[in-house]
Amino acid sequence: MLDPTSNGLHSGEPPLLQTLGLTKRYGDFLANDAIDIDVWPRQIHALLGENGAGKSTLVKAIYGLIQPSAGEIRWQGERIVLSGPSEARRRGIGMVFQHFSLFDNLTVAENVALGLDGTESFKDMSARLEQVSKTYGLPLDPRREVWQLSVGERQRIEIVRALMQDPKFLILDEPTAVLTPQEADQLFIVLERLKAEDRAILYISHKLEEVKRLCDTATILRGGRKVETCNPRLETAASLARMMVGGEIKEVKAPAGRKTTVPRLVVNDLSLPPGEAHGVRLEHISFELKGGEILGIAGVAGNGQDELFAALSGERLSKDPGTVVIEGIAAGHLSITQRRKLGAAFVPEERLGHGTAPRMKLSENALLTGHAASGMVHHGFIDTAATLKTVDRATETFDVRKAKRDPEAASLSGGNLQKFIVGREILRNPAVLVVSQPTWGVDAGAAAVIRQALLDLATAGAAVLVTSQDLDELAEIADRIAVMFHGRLSAPLATSDATREKLGLLMGGSSLEPREAAHAVGA
Amino acid sequence: MQLVLEKRAERSGTIALISPLIAIGLTIVTMVILFAILGKNPLLALHAYFIAPLTDSYSLQEIAVKATPLVMIAIGLSLCYLANAWNIGAEGQFLIGAVAGSWIAVKTQGTDAGVWVLPAMLVLAAAAGALYALIPAICKVKFGASEILTSLMLVYVADLFLDYLVRGPWRDPQGFNFPTTAEFDPVATVPLLIEGGRLHLGSIIALFVVAAAAILLGRTIKGFEIRVVGAAPRAARFGGFNANQLIILTFAVSGALAGLAGIIEVAGPVGHLQPGISPGYGFTAIIVAFLGRLNPLGILIAGLFLALTFIGGEQAQIAMKIPLDVTKVFQGILLFYVLACDSLILYRFKLVFPNRQVASGTH
Repeated sequence: MLDPTSNGLHSGEPPLLQTLGLTKRYGDFLANDAIDIDVWPRQIHALLGENGAGKSTLVKAIYGLIQPSAGEIRWQGERIVLSGPSEARRRGIGMVFQHFSLFDNLTVAENVALGLDGTESFKDMSARLEQVSKTYGLPLDPRREVWQLSVGERQRIEIVRALMQDPKFLILDEPTAVLTPQEADQLFIVLERLKAEDRAILYISHKLEEVKRLCDTATILRGGRKVETCNPRLETAASLARMMVGGEIKEVKAPAGRKTTVPRLVVNDLSLPPGEAHGVRLEHISFELKGGEILGIAGVAGNGQDELFAALSGERLSKDPGTVVIEGIAAGHLSITQRRKLGAAFVPEERLGHGTAPRMKLSENALLTGHAASGMVHHGFIDTAATLKTVDRATETFDVRKAKRDPEAASLSGGNLQKFIVGREILRNPAVLVVSQPTWGVDAGAAAVIRQALLDLATAGAAVLVTSQDLDELAEIADRIAVMFHGRLSAPLATSDATREKLGLLMGGSSLEPREAAHAVGA
Repeated sequence: MQLVLEKRAERSGTIALISPLIAIGLTIVTMVILFAILGKNPLLALHAYFIAPLTDSYSLQEIAVKATPLVMIAIGLSLCYLANAWNIGAEGQFLIGAVAGSWIAVKTQGTDAGVWVLPAMLVLAAAAGALYALIPAICKVKFGASEILTSLMLVYVADLFLDYLVRGPWRDPQGFNFPTTAEFDPVATVPLLIEGGRLHLGSIIALFVVAAAAILLGRTIKGFEIRVVGAAPRAARFGGFNANQLIILTFAVSGALAGLAGIIEVAGPVGHLQPGISPGYGFTAIIVAFLGRLNPLGILIAGLFLALTFIGGEQAQIAMKIPLDVTKVFQGILLFYVLACDSLILYRFKLVFPNRQVASGTH
């Protein structure tokens, strides 16, 4: 057997996929500048780079979604020109996108059927879907509708859909961004298995430790150019990060002298029936969050985090005002606008369509959450200068990169839009900030900026509640960590005491007390 | 070679402006073909439609008179459509407004009532139009009934109700059995702007409505609310805006404007209540709203343009015996092209050459 990891020892065998001088130009902008990569069978090849480095453009070209402006793609040594994704799939190239392309009102099986080019009957396809999902340990119920599923489950659909086409070459765009350690481990087993089946994987990720652990080879892009191809196992996370950003990454530092003050957000025995069929019921959730403190909420996606966010923000109201207390005022029955007036601010998980109106300008999106309490509206009239000022201040303070002063939200990259959204809320000097998945799908540089901003906000005296599936993130910024499971919230652990094992147990529904662990909640 | 639609990174402002012009161009091309098929000289027909009405003062005034109800109704509809509330029943609200306002005119007929009559008619017509529009809006909010269907069906209810009144209780006893009320008293009539002309006060009201809508949508938080609820419902909820309240509000406002347009038409150019007071203003206004990009100023221009087609259609019928229905065909084709061209705002055409030789990198 050839060892695909050692460079240059592929005698006789051509790379499975190769790009030669691949270039993509958008007007004057070079998204990809003469990129060469070789991917061999039995290789997990990492594609690393900051947002805007050109990773997405490169994989879109390989998947036939866009036509390169120059350069070529070779498949098993032979030059190919892809007319579109269906031709790519026919040749054996599969892709799992970071942003899922699923129809919410269709079932899992119907969604998979739509993505397949084959002619098999729906019944056969459903059976094969269940079989593939079982074989690879990616459990899915084909009959459930997508809108009921968590982010993690939705991703499973995309992966299974790609696997059902039996690809020789699979592109994964940030697959672990929404997974728990255990789910990620499960995914790595799947990927190792695919590798053993002679397939190749192009793996886009920001998580450098994960790349070091999983990948044989890493190609690093920066500013549309290839910087280096290396063996990530021989590099440190720091050296990989340096190659990605072209300099040192700012380390997130918890400022010293952070003092907790009065309780600013208190939740008392909050129970809420599911808002939609198959939603999660919130059960007896209680916690107290003081000023100057960051409470992290961990948990597998779909265990009630969205419902808790809606209950805290006021997108869903509670009959009992006392269940949510903001700044000492019972607010369970108050609307989101009234809660904002009490000094609360919210950052939802979905950036486009929830946190912002995608086709509206940033200034209008500043107004979206700022109209109640930021002096942007006088006697019903909008103060455009004030909204633009918020955009400028957020841009300056949080280094939001954009093409013009006031572009549409949808035109920003994920990281830059998230910096804007977080900035928009922090600039209002909130007493309480509730933020969900603050760095989902955000590059290392932007993530560091956002985490630092949350720490600084807490230092300034605000109470910050962070829901995240990234345990490293919670360990980095939270003072205490609680875990959500089936709509219940565990007692918070001090971060120093919250080992991955303990959190993993809680995330799986087990109790930490040995007596109760014997009859742990069955999932 | 393949022609594909490619999504733009950002909506194109330029295309948003010129897309109605492209649509009008395509419509004219289609009409030329249609005229040729009908055996009419296309150049003469186009002249009759678009040039002749612009050359005499009577027709110019008539265009403004026809544009008045179109613009007023379309402004109201644009608020609904921006908020994702689909009021298709402006025609019915127009008729109900006309009926409600006429009630005062009929009841005060020949009684020497004061100058309060016309203002009262306008207010009552607006209120009646609003209430009539609230029926589908409340059904939508409370029961989830499709407002498209309910608002449309109420058009026929209003139409038949008007028909019943003018054939029955309100019929002019001296009217030789024609289904019409008596001519309204002068105090119940919308004053003319030029003595002996056609232009009336309603056109000034329409301009005022355009200005108010422009300020509402461009400058106020309520206008922003309307736009964001339509553009991104979930983000609007996160912003603290209530979509159901807006459905009620925009339906009420658009119903009021349609009702107002109805009484102005009856108490103005028509002078009495009769069936057929509207050549489909409530439906044509839907085209006006979209052709005008749901933008108040755009709607003003589009309203004048559609009014031109009404007048031009009449002239073409007189001069060239082109059936008046061709005007309706024209308007339908125009809406079709407007909606089609709108995809160019978010997408662009691109030629793809799958087999093109691409320059190879240097290796």
